[in-house]
Amino acid sequence: MIALVQMAADDAENPLVPPIPELIIGLIAFAIVFIFLAKKLLPNINKVLEERREAIEGGMEKAEATQAEAQQTLEQYREQLSEARHEAARLRQEAQEQGAALIAEMRAEGQRQREEIVAAGHAQIEADRKAAAAALRQDVGKLATELAGKLVGESLEDSARQSRTIDRFLDGLDATATGSATAEAAR
Amino acid sequence: MSADQVLASETNCHLFDGCGFPAPGLHSFVFDPIFSIGSFDFNKPMLLAFLSTIVVVGFFWAAFNKPKVVPGKVQMVGEAGYDFVRRGIVYETLGKKVGEKYVPLMVSLFFFVWIMNIWSVIPVAQFPVTAIIAFPVGMAAIVYITWMYLTFKKHGFVGALKNITGYDPTLGKVLPLSMTIEFFSNVLVRPFTHAVRLFANMFAGHTLLLLFTLASWYMLNGIGIAYAGVSFVMTIVMTGFELFIQAVQAYVFVLLACSYVQGALAEHH
Repeated sequence: MIALVQMAADDAENPLVPPIPELIIGLIAFAIVFIFLAKKLLPNINKVLEERREAIEGGMEKAEATQAEAQQTLEQYREQLSEARHEAARLRQEAQEQGAALIAEMRAEGQRQREEIVAAGHAQIEADRKAAAAALRQDVGKLATELAGKLVGESLEDSARQSRTIDRFLDGLDATATGSATAEAAR
Repeated sequence: MSADQVLASETNCHLFDGCGFPAPGLHSFVFDPIFSIGSFDFNKPMLLAFLSTIVVVGFFWAAFNKPKVVPGKVQMVGEAGYDFVRRGIVYETLGKKVGEKYVPLMVSLFFFVWIMNIWSVIPVAQFPVTAIIAFPVGMAAIVYITWMYLTFKKHGFVGALKNITGYDPTLGKVLPLSMTIEFFSNVLVRPFTHAVRLFANMFAGHTLLLLFTLASWYMLNGIGIAYAGVSFVMTIVMTGFELFIQAVQAYVFVLLACSYVQGALAEHH
């Protein structure tokens, strides 16, 4: 370097020797560029780049949040929907059960009524039969008494005798009937 | 000296006219002063250097003075350039954390050097400012001082010397030799090559452009016209090539600056 500088001193045109005025001008020119860029312009743009980065990140965060919310809403809707389906199924089931129960109840009621009617009928029949039997017994007794009176010729108007005779007769009849019914059942 | 330039471009000196080829030379890099204040001569390279300042500051002013989150066109271009240096050079060599501090210096260097180089192919200007050694030397000196300052600040006096001389005890007997070479290489040769690499590329590029331009003009006579055509095509081709070289040299200059800073901040040399 020193040799070069020495050499340069001899030859004013040596292109490797920096002329001092140019050196100073170059430094000044660069210093102006550096000061403007370093003190003002680059901090400016750095701030904006930072803002932009934040804006982008903020936007992304917002989008993520919105998406999460949408997802949540969807889940909610799905849950509600499935709940509703469940409810509907349950209701249907219940209705079916109720219907079945109703039908069963009505059937039972019908059965009961039928039985009631039948029972009433039986009772009625029994009563009628009894009434008929009583009436018959009276009529048969009277007829028989009359008939016997006519045949015997004697008055059997005496009620004590009369009823005793009739009873005896009827008992005989009953015994016959019971005997024949027993024989029928045995057969 | 200036007379040569006039002769080269503005006279009617052609092949077969009996006048010699006005070859470009060192005289092509010396300019008459535009004006003088006392013994201080203000010449064309100085003017172009200040114009470079105006162009760089003007552009970044337009781009970044009132930056918006949603950028306009100029801001977009500015951001691309800024990002190229920041991410492509500084973060690559120094890392994001360490490098952030040096981004303004490197961005300023890159664009200032690039614009000074570009004057080479701008009509009327047509001179790369960095082909005057003083300009690269100034900037290389700034980088050199930064590098030295960081080395001593980071490692202390002894540590800095070790760093600079590549102290490594495992080298044994070769160590003194190695340290001498390293010291010479780092302290003396490095700033020189840093400046001269840029200077020489621009110097040679300008000389080439001058050569083909002058030859095109000089041979424009008789059969020489054919050669003049070839020379003119070469001028065009070289202009394109120079555009490329100008950007590459600015890039290399800043890349080296970053790698020097990185070396200063590294734990081991």
